[in-house]
Amino acid sequence: MSKDKKAIEALEDLGKDLVKTVLSNKPPVLNVPIRALSNTMYNAKSQTLELGDKVSERNFFNVAHSKKFLQTLEVAAVSKDLLNEGKHASLRDVFYMIKRTIPNTKTNVVDDQPESDDAIEDLEVLSGYSREQLNINANKMGSVAGHVVIEDKGDEIDWSKLGSGGWSIPSNVEEIKFKKVKAKYVIYMEKAAVWERLHEDKFWDKQNCIIMSSQGQTTRGIRRLLQRLSQEFDLPIYILADADPWGYYIYSVLKYGSINLAHMSGSMTLNTAKFLGITVDDIEKYGLKKHLITFKDVDLKRLEQLQNYEWFKSNKEWQRQFKMMKALKAKAEIQALSSRGLSFITDKYLPEKIRNKDWIE
Amino acid sequence: MSKADELAKKQKDISVAEFFERNRHLLGFDNKRKALLTVVKEAVDNSLDACEEAKILPEINVQIVEMGNDRFRITIEDNGPGIIKKQIPNIFAKLLYGSKFHTMKQARGQQGIGISAAVLYAQLTTGRPAKIWSKTGSDKPAQYFELHIDTQTNNPEIVKEEEIDWKKKESGVKIELDIDATYQKGDQSVDSYLKQTAIGNPHATFIYTNPKAEQFIFARATDNLPKEPTEIKPHPYGVELGIMLKMLKNTECRTLQSFLTQEFSRVGPQTAKDICDAGGLFTNMKPDELQLPHVEKLVEGIKKTKIIAPSTDCISPIGEELLEKGLRKEINAEFYTAVSRSPDVYRGIPFVIEVAIAYGGAQTADEPVRMLRFANRVPLLYQQGACACTKSVVQTNWRPYGLSQSQGSIPMGPLTIVVSLVSVWPPFTSEAKEAVAHYPEIIKEMKLALQEAGRKLGAYVNKKRRVADQQERVSIFENYIPEVAQALAKLSGTGKERIIECMRNMLEKNKEYIQAHKEAHKVEKKEHVDREGQISLTGFENDE
Repeated sequence: MSKDKKAIEALEDLGKDLVKTVLSNKPPVLNVPIRALSNTMYNAKSQTLELGDKVSERNFFNVAHSKKFLQTLEVAAVSKDLLNEGKHASLRDVFYMIKRTIPNTKTNVVDDQPESDDAIEDLEVLSGYSREQLNINANKMGSVAGHVVIEDKGDEIDWSKLGSGGWSIPSNVEEIKFKKVKAKYVIYMEKAAVWERLHEDKFWDKQNCIIMSSQGQTTRGIRRLLQRLSQEFDLPIYILADADPWGYYIYSVLKYGSINLAHMSGSMTLNTAKFLGITVDDIEKYGLKKHLITFKDVDLKRLEQLQNYEWFKSNKEWQRQFKMMKALKAKAEIQALSSRGLSFITDKYLPEKIRNKDWIE
Repeated sequence: MSKADELAKKQKDISVAEFFERNRHLLGFDNKRKALLTVVKEAVDNSLDACEEAKILPEINVQIVEMGNDRFRITIEDNGPGIIKKQIPNIFAKLLYGSKFHTMKQARGQQGIGISAAVLYAQLTTGRPAKIWSKTGSDKPAQYFELHIDTQTNNPEIVKEEEIDWKKKESGVKIELDIDATYQKGDQSVDSYLKQTAIGNPHATFIYTNPKAEQFIFARATDNLPKEPTEIKPHPYGVELGIMLKMLKNTECRTLQSFLTQEFSRVGPQTAKDICDAGGLFTNMKPDELQLPHVEKLVEGIKKTKIIAPSTDCISPIGEELLEKGLRKEINAEFYTAVSRSPDVYRGIPFVIEVAIAYGGAQTADEPVRMLRFANRVPLLYQQGACACTKSVVQTNWRPYGLSQSQGSIPMGPLTIVVSLVSVWPPFTSEAKEAVAHYPEIIKEMKLALQEAGRKLGAYVNKKRRVADQQERVSIFENYIPEVAQALAKLSGTGKERIIECMRNMLEKNKEYIQAHKEAHKVEKKEHVDREGQISLTGFENDE
């Protein structure tokens, strides 16, 4: 049975179970696992965040739940159609596909996209299939370059011959076949601007590596792609992010999984990921002291949260970083390195860090 | 010539016209719009007072015709007892002439200034005389007068006087005045005044033709006249030095003792003696021989003496039932209630507070509530902010009764609040009688009445909300069922109609199910308590 068939079956089972309840005159109820920190557990053995077993009962005959109940089923129906027709829809598409006014009311099935996005995530936990497997894709975000040749939907793509933009990473990378991978490691960076700097300096060519970035939040496509490169080709993954709580959390999500997507941790975490920089030590070592940004209250709060996350608690090196940052009360962006010269990052900083194995695990 | 002689030359009588010019704002003639209202109001107040005194159910016809150039002809006709020929000139064309000023009795008019001020205003703005028709019985001839006021001497000037045949008229008075004015609709218009008067006087019928030639008939809601208020003597606590001096001068009593017992209410021989003792005066002193220091002592003595509150049967409130009826016939709402408090006293003067509210219906929900204020059944249209009625509404917390209200302001909601004060002498903030003065006793009574009415309102509003919630809940499910069924049908392959049918059945049963569920929950809770009780009981035994 194909993957799609299995997903369709899962959705059908979801529907059949509910119909069975209804036909036996019981109120239909969805038991949706709670996706919040309170129901997220850190598995020290596998080093990933896992979803706990707390579920919230969503009863159709409860005014507070009816709408969400409907939204989840609507999304499931849309997804079943998509799978049957072999088509893919974006999150935005799905929003419009289910958005309509319920007859005789002034209520819309959904008013904002976050509502349908949320329903899709609920459907993931309910069906056990990721949204990509349900033929729902996020927007493309992020670029990659390197000496890699892949095959995607029958097209052969060479990541080294794509001009200044690089290859943009799709939301679903499951079907991609790697034809040739010639690299010693992968650097993933938080910022597109830094990626462009590295790309212009042909860093990936000089250093024989793969460079990858997204703008801001790391998408699922990127996380999966990194995982595949790590697992299938045994490439070390280095993370380059700002020296602030938000940058460190990007590393945390990549390595251990995110609270929101704890149900998908298995297919996305990167236990081997290493934090290359910017570390608090780098601030001193590379003379960035004059180019810091003072902490705001929110930064400090976030830092304290990070300090208390279970997966960081037992990590002495990270606790040392947090402590130093707390004392410093300031953060440094990757671009602060440009104060030492535009190509300082490609000529000196990165090669030196990698050569000296100057990273945090 | 001495300076004093020079000054004496300038000193002369002030003519009433001059007095009026300078004080027109005190009498309600501040501007042209208000003048129109004041003229109508004074005439209507007099007509109502007259009808009630004669025990006639009032039927009052008000007509306003626009004659161009801001000039209006106002005609007001009643079915009252009429006025005898001799009195007509004085009543209509002499300021400060009246019967009510000297009595302690609940009435609309007080000072004897209102209708003559209206006549003077007409004379000063248009020069036209006031036209008066009066008939005192079906077998008697009617009198017709055209009157001016001599503005130098404040005496009536009869322009024309004749006996006429007023056919088909039992008895009554009609007055016609031409005045400078402007007509505008709105809360402070004649239209609004008459509508409110109809609410506060459910025993009266008004027929009103406004300047736009629209006719309104406010029919009476009851054929019972209000109980006639009785006249009472002043209570000592309400009498101040000036009035006391006047009373001492006018009395026929020979001794202070008899003066106190006969001219005041609630003063017997013992109380009179107590007052004299407290003031250091003798009971056998002659009232006309008392000097100012003595009178001051007398007033002091009254303050120090305990005197029982005045009797309160002298006032005649509208009554809960009639007030509600009055509101019901003029305001389209869904819930009405009225509260009538028992009488209380301020400064020795008895008063009664009544409150009525009309909720919902055609009234707008997102505006401040509409306030109707009455003093002795006369609507108060101006100075809302300065009025004790407003203050007590603001100080009442309306939120528990289902209205929204921000701190220190009038609540918002589809609501009309009537606050009515009846008293032998309603205290106003000024002569224009536009706002009730802030006596703590009055505000306290108003708040108690408002709270009582508010509680009834709250019970209604909350019940309505519960019912609406329940209905909305059911309608949510009813509307969602086809949508959910469609999605389920697609996912499961089961027919949509079958799923809909099943879910609808369940909804029908679910209403009972929820109820049953609630009951079960209660029982469970009770059991839990019982068990706890048991535990504590056994614990107690163990201790022993």
